[in-house]
Amino acid sequence: MNKPVSLTAEAHHSDETGAKLGMWLFLFTELLLFGGMFLLYSIYRSEHAHEFFLAATELDTFIGTVNTLALLTSSLTVAISIEALRRGSRKITIAMLIITIILGIVFMINKYFEWSAKIHHGIYPGGAKLLSMSDGEMLFFNLYYVMTGLHGIHVLVGLGVLSFMLYFVSKRPGKKINLDYETLSQIRGANLEVVDEKGQKIDDIGLIDNDVEDVDIKFKYAQVPSKMDKSNIIKLENSGLYWHLVDIIWIFLFPLFYLVS
Amino acid sequence: MNQNASSSVENQENHSIGYGVYILVWLSLVVFTGLTVAVAGVDLKALAVTVALSIAATKSILVLMYFMHLKYEPPLFRTLVVVVVVALATFIILTFLDILFR
Repeated sequence: MNKPVSLTAEAHHSDETGAKLGMWLFLFTELLLFGGMFLLYSIYRSEHAHEFFLAATELDTFIGTVNTLALLTSSLTVAISIEALRRGSRKITIAMLIITIILGIVFMINKYFEWSAKIHHGIYPGGAKLLSMSDGEMLFFNLYYVMTGLHGIHVLVGLGVLSFMLYFVSKRPGKKINLDYETLSQIRGANLEVVDEKGQKIDDIGLIDNDVEDVDIKFKYAQVPSKMDKSNIIKLENSGLYWHLVDIIWIFLFPLFYLVS
Repeated sequence: MNQNASSSVENQENHSIGYGVYILVWLSLVVFTGLTVAVAGVDLKALAVTVALSIAATKSILVLMYFMHLKYEPPLFRTLVVVVVVALATFIILTFLDILFR
C-alpha cells in the first residue's frame, strides 16, 4: 500500500471507491432482474425455435440497429463527459451530457413508433392478431413487450438521472457559512455590510442587535475549475455506470429479438 | 498492461483516460454491431445464436472494461462481476438441465 499523500485525499479516495462499490452492487441486482427474463427467453426459445424465428421477422432490424447505435454513442458521450469533468472542462461535460440525453430521447422516440406500429397491427398482449398466432409467436411478443418495456423504463430513469446531473454540473458552485450566536456576540451592535475588494459596499445585511440569533451567509463562486464541486464527479460516474448497464442490456436484447429471424 | 493498471489504482487522480481511447472503443462497438447485423443475414443454422451471443459478450466486455472503468478499478470489482455472471450462468445451466432431462 502506498502512503496517502494527504489525509483529505485518502478520505476522498476511499469514499469514492465505497460509493462506486455500492453502485455496482445495485447494478448486480439489475443484472439478475434482467437475467431472470433472459432465462425465460432462452427456455421458451429452445422449445419454440421455429416460431421465435418467424415472429422475429415482424421486427424492423433497421430501427433496432439505429437504436443500438444511438445507445452505444450515448455511452461514449457519457464516458467522455465524466472524463471531462475530472479534467475540469465543464463545458465539454455539459455538451456531452446534452448529447447523451438527446440520444436517449431518440431511442425512446424510435421505441414509440415501433410499439405504435405493432399495436396498430393488433400485435400486443390480448390483441386480435397476436391471439391468432401460435403459442411460440405469442410468447415471443409477450417477452418482447416485457423485456423491451422494462428496458425502456430503465432508459427513462437514466434520462431523469442524467438530467439531474446536467443541472448539478451547470449550477454555480457555492457554500454557506453560518455565523452562530458566539461569533455574533463579538460584533453585536455593529452594522454588517458586504464589500468588494476595494471596500465599496455591495449589500447591506443590517444591524446585528440583541435579537439576532444567527446569520447565514451564502457564497456563489464564478465557474472556475478550482471551485468546482468535486462531489459531482462521483455522482456523475455512478449515473454513467447505470447508463452503461442499460446499454449492455440492450446489446443482448438487440440480437435476441431483432436478429434471430 | 493489466498489471500496470491495477497497481496505479491507489492513485485514482493519476490514471486519466484519453478521449481517444473512448472513441476507439466506440468505433470497435460500432464495427461489432455491423458485424452482428451482417452475420444475421448469413444462414449459420445452429451456430447463429452462438455467434450473436459471442459478439454481444465481446461488446459488453468492452463497455465494462473501458466505459465502466473496470480495467482501472481495484481487482475486487472485477472479481464481483465475474461472481455475478457465473452465478447467472449457473442458474441458466441448472434450469436447462432440469428442462432437458425431466
